[in-house]
Amino acid sequence: MGEAAATGATSREEPAGLVGLAKAAVGRPEFVSFVALIVLMILTSFMNENFFTADNLLNITRQVSTTGIIAVGMTFVILTGGIDLSVGAIVALASTLMAGMIANMGFPFWAAALVAIFGGALTGAVSGFFIARFALPPIIVTLAMMEIPRGLGLIYTNGYPLPIDREFGFIGREYVLGLPIPTLIMLIVFAAAYFVLNRLPIGRYVYAVGGNEDAAILSGIRTARIKLMVYAISGFTAAIAGMIQTSRLLSGQPNSAIGVELDAIAAVVLGGTAITGGRGHIVGTLIGALLLGVLNNSLNMIGLSPYSQRVVKGVILLIAVLIGYLRKRNSR
Amino acid sequence: MLEMKHITKRFPGIVALNDVSLSLKRGEVHALVGENGAGKSTLMKILSGVYQADEGELLIDGKEVHPTRTRESEKLGINIIFQEFSLVPELNAYENIFLGREIRTRFGTLDSRSMRRMAREALDRLDMYFPLDRPVADLTVAEQQSVEIVKATIFKCNFLVLDEPTATLTPREVKKLFEVIERLKALGVGCFFISHHLEEIFEIADTVSVLRDGCHVYTGPVSDCTQDELISKMVGREVTQAFPPKRGAAEKAEPPIMEVRKLRFPGSDEISFEVRRGEILGIAGLVGAKRTESFLALIGRDPSTEKEVLFQGKPIQLRSPHEALSHGIGYLPEDRKRTGLFLPFSIRSNIVVSTVARLTNKFGMVVARQEKALSDRFIQRMRIRTTSDLKTVSELSGGNQQKVIIARWLASNCKLLIFDEPTRGIDVGAKAEIYVMLQELAAQGLGVVVISSDLPEVIGICDRVLVMRYGSIRATLTGADINSEKIMLYASGGENG
Repeated sequence: MGEAAATGATSREEPAGLVGLAKAAVGRPEFVSFVALIVLMILTSFMNENFFTADNLLNITRQVSTTGIIAVGMTFVILTGGIDLSVGAIVALASTLMAGMIANMGFPFWAAALVAIFGGALTGAVSGFFIARFALPPIIVTLAMMEIPRGLGLIYTNGYPLPIDREFGFIGREYVLGLPIPTLIMLIVFAAAYFVLNRLPIGRYVYAVGGNEDAAILSGIRTARIKLMVYAISGFTAAIAGMIQTSRLLSGQPNSAIGVELDAIAAVVLGGTAITGGRGHIVGTLIGALLLGVLNNSLNMIGLSPYSQRVVKGVILLIAVLIGYLRKRNSR
Repeated sequence: MLEMKHITKRFPGIVALNDVSLSLKRGEVHALVGENGAGKSTLMKILSGVYQADEGELLIDGKEVHPTRTRESEKLGINIIFQEFSLVPELNAYENIFLGREIRTRFGTLDSRSMRRMAREALDRLDMYFPLDRPVADLTVAEQQSVEIVKATIFKCNFLVLDEPTATLTPREVKKLFEVIERLKALGVGCFFISHHLEEIFEIADTVSVLRDGCHVYTGPVSDCTQDELISKMVGREVTQAFPPKRGAAEKAEPPIMEVRKLRFPGSDEISFEVRRGEILGIAGLVGAKRTESFLALIGRDPSTEKEVLFQGKPIQLRSPHEALSHGIGYLPEDRKRTGLFLPFSIRSNIVVSTVARLTNKFGMVVARQEKALSDRFIQRMRIRTTSDLKTVSELSGGNQQKVIIARWLASNCKLLIFDEPTRGIDVGAKAEIYVMLQELAAQGLGVVVISSDLPEVIGICDRVLVMRYGSIRATLTGADINSEKIMLYASGGENG
């Protein structure tokens, strides 16, 4: 019940039994995306028999993993009422840094990954520092931090991809327990985020900062620390995504992940998290990321051109947000 | 002549105005006095079209009018300057003056030359000065007020309402304002002048009216009554709320739990006082006395404050509310919705937010069972009326919301609690419960500070009262000296104020 209390999503009576649980689920903001996800999957499987196969579904989860992992950090940031535009640049920096350490310095994979991920968290913390210490608007600070890490990556690689040996491809390409490793990492990251947000005091503080910052300060919460932390987490998850990508593409890519911040924000918003902060749930973000992935996949399978796909995606995003807004207004 | 006849206005649960009749002649300054909540602001909002009266009528020169928006009342020649200015900080003075009614050239572009000229003429007319071409954010409060006055009077203005115009002015600025009001009078403008500072009324007003609990209790020339008579008319009623008996903490001379020395922040004098164990210390004062600001400065909400604080005999630093809370000093904010509650959260989350770090197991995980136990305990203790602790706090009544806030700070085991307007806008029943609880806390040996604008409340529950005015402490009252007359006297600047 902890998460329900924190999000305030179950606002009415305590749910009793299955009916109550179902009612509570319907009332949640991410329910719209959940329904859309199911409907989309059913429709597509009628239109193309290859859609509903284990291979394809697992493939979707692997494709989704990068956006999904980035969206986890983004959920923390948006819950505090902020936004992080720098995640794509951090993916690129982590990726080039890691490839460089492997290819040029002879680091073992795990050590390079560790340094890259730590570097990503640090980069995020730089944004967090300016936002928390000087109360600068997050959109401006992270807009600046969209440039700096990507620029550093380009300087380091001279703008070219930095290849690494085939043997380092296992994270991106192999399977464990029948699941692609990126999928597995994504699930672990989501589980960890669930734990932090719902089982640790700092998770409550994240919601509190977004719910009412003034009240949080007077209630003794060190809001500056929380803000610093969420941007560090966002940099951390972005760098994990960078690691997976490096392994999958067998190279450090300074020009990768352009625009991924918008996909991540879309996943968070489709997942029912309020863009103004204080309300939302990490499970919703998973649903949102899956919806985006399935949509991509099914539009491909239907044979829609990539140009038309963008139009369809935009329309669906708009409709989902509109329905969410109308439901919220009517429940008042 | 502006006449209000038999005006009645009801809000859910209360009658804000009950059969009030007032009139204002051109060239007259008519003071309107009364305690907070007496209905002055509601009356003025009816004049300006923000509210509509449920009963009664509004007449200008004998003709009935029904303004439903401020623009309409402005067209009728009624202008209001509220305490909160309605200026756009980034715009220049003259741009603010003509905002929404700009003068245009025949090509439809802004005719800034004409606007500047008209503004300058208005300044000359009233013998005022402020820079027309600087953003109003750069002007002093008094200059901003002058901008408001020009804005209100530059077009048709026969009647002007000034709502607490002197609350944030220095004595010299007040004098200047009065000269402007005299000029407006001479130009035939009738003014309603709302103020808590009674001595000002005797200086500037021709007529004075008293409102009390929404009723019109007195109107007469100022020369016909004294300051004391006015105060007793304002307070009038016997204190009807039942307060629990005081425990006589002031006489027991308990040791201080906190001593504050030389607290200073922008706009204040040096403030020194102490809070004793087991007492309820009241902080009284009028709008602009900087009571809330003083205590926010004390707990470190504004970290650039100078102060020396001894807590339980030891010197401590208070650089942030977090640090204050870790010493056991809690401040409960006055504005429930803006700085108190997490409106989208459940009652439970609102109560445990300060304490959740303690409700953990050995792995540092929050234990939901402990959270529920804690919030249930305080829901019971505070008698918060709700069907579930998971109900969203925004669905509760004002009184129950206030209890949720109190529960949050009680749960954090403070030794000193500062309550800022703990009963503002809540019903009588909840008020009585909160008074009993304040007494209990004091009886347990806590230091309790109550900042309140509700005079009967201050008189009814406090063992000692500090009266503040313009960021300094003007009097410390105990025992029989805690009465409306004394508090109003010091708060409004009497006795070498």
